[in-house]
Amino acid sequence: MAKRVVLCAAAVLLVIAAAYASFFIAPEERTMGDLQRIFYFHVSCAWAGLTAFLIGFASNLLYVWKRNEKYDWLGVTCAEVGVAFTTIVLISGPIWAKPAWGIYWTWDARLTSTFVLWLLYISYLLLRTLVEEPNRRALLSALFGIFAFIDVPIVFGAIRWWRTQHPAPVIMGGPNSGLAPGMRPTFYFAVLAMHLFMWFLISERYALEKLRGDVEVLRREAETS
Amino acid sequence: MASPAECKVGLRFEKVDKRYGTVYALRNLTLTIAPGECVALAGRNGSGKTTLLRIAANLTRPTRGSLSFSESTENQNPHTGFVAHATMVYDELTAEENLLFFAKLLGVTKRKERVAELLFEVGLDERKDSLVRTFSRGMRQRVAIARALLANPSLLLFDEPATGLDPEATTWLIGRLRTLRDSGCTIVMSLHGESEVARLATRAVRLEAGSVVADTRAGTTFQSVLSFTGG
Amino acid sequence: MGLLSNAAALLGKEVRTEFRSRELLSTTIVFVLIVVVLFSFTFDPTTNESHRFGPGLLWLAFLFAASLMLQPCFLREQTNDTLSALRLAVSDPFAIFLAKIGANTLFLLLTELLMLPVFAALFNVNFRGQLPGILLTFLLGSLGISTAGTALAAISAQARMRELLLPLLLLPLLAPILVASTEVTVGLMSADPVMQWKGIGFLAVFDVVFLTALWLFGEYLLEE
Repeated sequence: MAKRVVLCAAAVLLVIAAAYASFFIAPEERTMGDLQRIFYFHVSCAWAGLTAFLIGFASNLLYVWKRNEKYDWLGVTCAEVGVAFTTIVLISGPIWAKPAWGIYWTWDARLTSTFVLWLLYISYLLLRTLVEEPNRRALLSALFGIFAFIDVPIVFGAIRWWRTQHPAPVIMGGPNSGLAPGMRPTFYFAVLAMHLFMWFLISERYALEKLRGDVEVLRREAETS
Repeated sequence: MASPAECKVGLRFEKVDKRYGTVYALRNLTLTIAPGECVALAGRNGSGKTTLLRIAANLTRPTRGSLSFSESTENQNPHTGFVAHATMVYDELTAEENLLFFAKLLGVTKRKERVAELLFEVGLDERKDSLVRTFSRGMRQRVAIARALLANPSLLLFDEPATGLDPEATTWLIGRLRTLRDSGCTIVMSLHGESEVARLATRAVRLEAGSVVADTRAGTTFQSVLSFTGG
Repeated sequence: MGLLSNAAALLGKEVRTEFRSRELLSTTIVFVLIVVVLFSFTFDPTTNESHRFGPGLLWLAFLFAASLMLQPCFLREQTNDTLSALRLAVSDPFAIFLAKIGANTLFLLLTELLMLPVFAALFNVNFRGQLPGILLTFLLGSLGISTAGTALAAISAQARMRELLLPLLLLPLLAPILVASTEVTVGLMSADPVMQWKGIGFLAVFDVVFLTALWLFGEYLLEE
């Protein structure tokens, strides 16, 4: 219990610290001014989402191999957390696009890929609601999760190759290309903070799923005795 | 293609659980079937007979525990014939097409002759060019049985074999099963109770709530294992 | 019986069955036709717009049609539990997938080839001389759609709401095929036809990746 409180406190504190850094420590961007600061959240959430999906992929593989329900719990946890972060990315995108460009959405490579990613994992979650038997549900969603994750690099590749004729948001600059040195510490700090927050969300959600699993076992035992 | 007498298959269920959600179809089931035995599997609906057969057919995996096969000759895969509730044949193909198709998949040598032979045996050679869709339940059951026998199986699994068969077909089936049994094929058939088919069995086992509750090997009489009031 | 001979036997049966009734092919062709006509009707494109957007709409129509056409391939095997019979008869379960992928690719290809002249007429597109390139694109694109589609059809056949679920799972997954195929087709159908080998390579990679994934995981898709 103490561990959970510490993790929660640390995650929240770090996110607040990252927010502070984004607003007050990071240098002001030349062209866009303060509006650019949303970039620290936007991109660090995107990375945290991808990390969550990556962990989910690993647990999907492990489930198919070992058939231990813990991996199923971790799979659905990571999918939900990943979708949550990806949703933030999709919302924060239009939030800066509107004042910056006057339009809410732009089909640039990053946003488009993120949208398809989001759709894929929403489908994963929908699939889970449509299979009742727990072992079946675990296996089918693990298999779909594997196919979905394999598709992720392909989606990003296709969109980067063929759908970047829309002017990429130059303000962003891209995380590794052209990020001003002054911005880097804040950026990496934001990434760290988001990942810690992701870890916190995963452990809480996993604990909830584990509780459900334990209730099932108890119910089973009660029914048979 | 080796004849059944050369490939004697035994089965061993070791503490098998099969769970669907919170429901246990099989619970801690331990059962050893010797090569060449003809086992009648009795039990009410929902006692686990179908699940046991599907696991033996390798169509389902146990949730816990294991199933192993023993063969008394070197042979890679026991050819298994399975007749289930569903007919497992294609409605949109003719009887002959169905059997030729499965014979091809199974690698049966001299397909055409084998299929013709089986169609004649089950009494469907006159309807061989009719679509299975037009068949009665009993005729479909006969096609299903023919399909199961295509590759000379050394293990035969039957889920209520005589369902839908008229008396004449039932007599044929009993004769056929007797021949198979005598030639060494291992047979496991699930039944509802005493019947003519049951009398072929060399052993009877009763399932209830997914476990073995009575076994003629343990000394109980056939009658009490098979009848509903037995214990 | 080896993997390939099993797959060939199964493929033969799938094709023979379909050509007997032709119900899948006919409904798919009509569906694509309706979608293409509706697109043309709704957007009323100029010649330039046709060249720019036509191929995209064509592939979109193929994708929608495929997500409906792929439904029955495993649902059919549920009626009399013939899937169990196949699993018992076949040495390698991948043969079942190979056969169904082959059949589905063939049916999709036939649909696409029949639609090509209609599309060319409606959208004022000239593709003469580019036929080999277009055929290659159709082939690789359809193979990708069939591979992913057959795998997901095996999944959705075991869930509820399966008619809606398959398109839901399939369409986001196939977004890359949509993009790549469209781009290659646009290149081939433009006034100055050009063959984008990058796109062809991309499609081929997609096909190989998903075929491999299915080879690795296919047997679990068929488990009970």
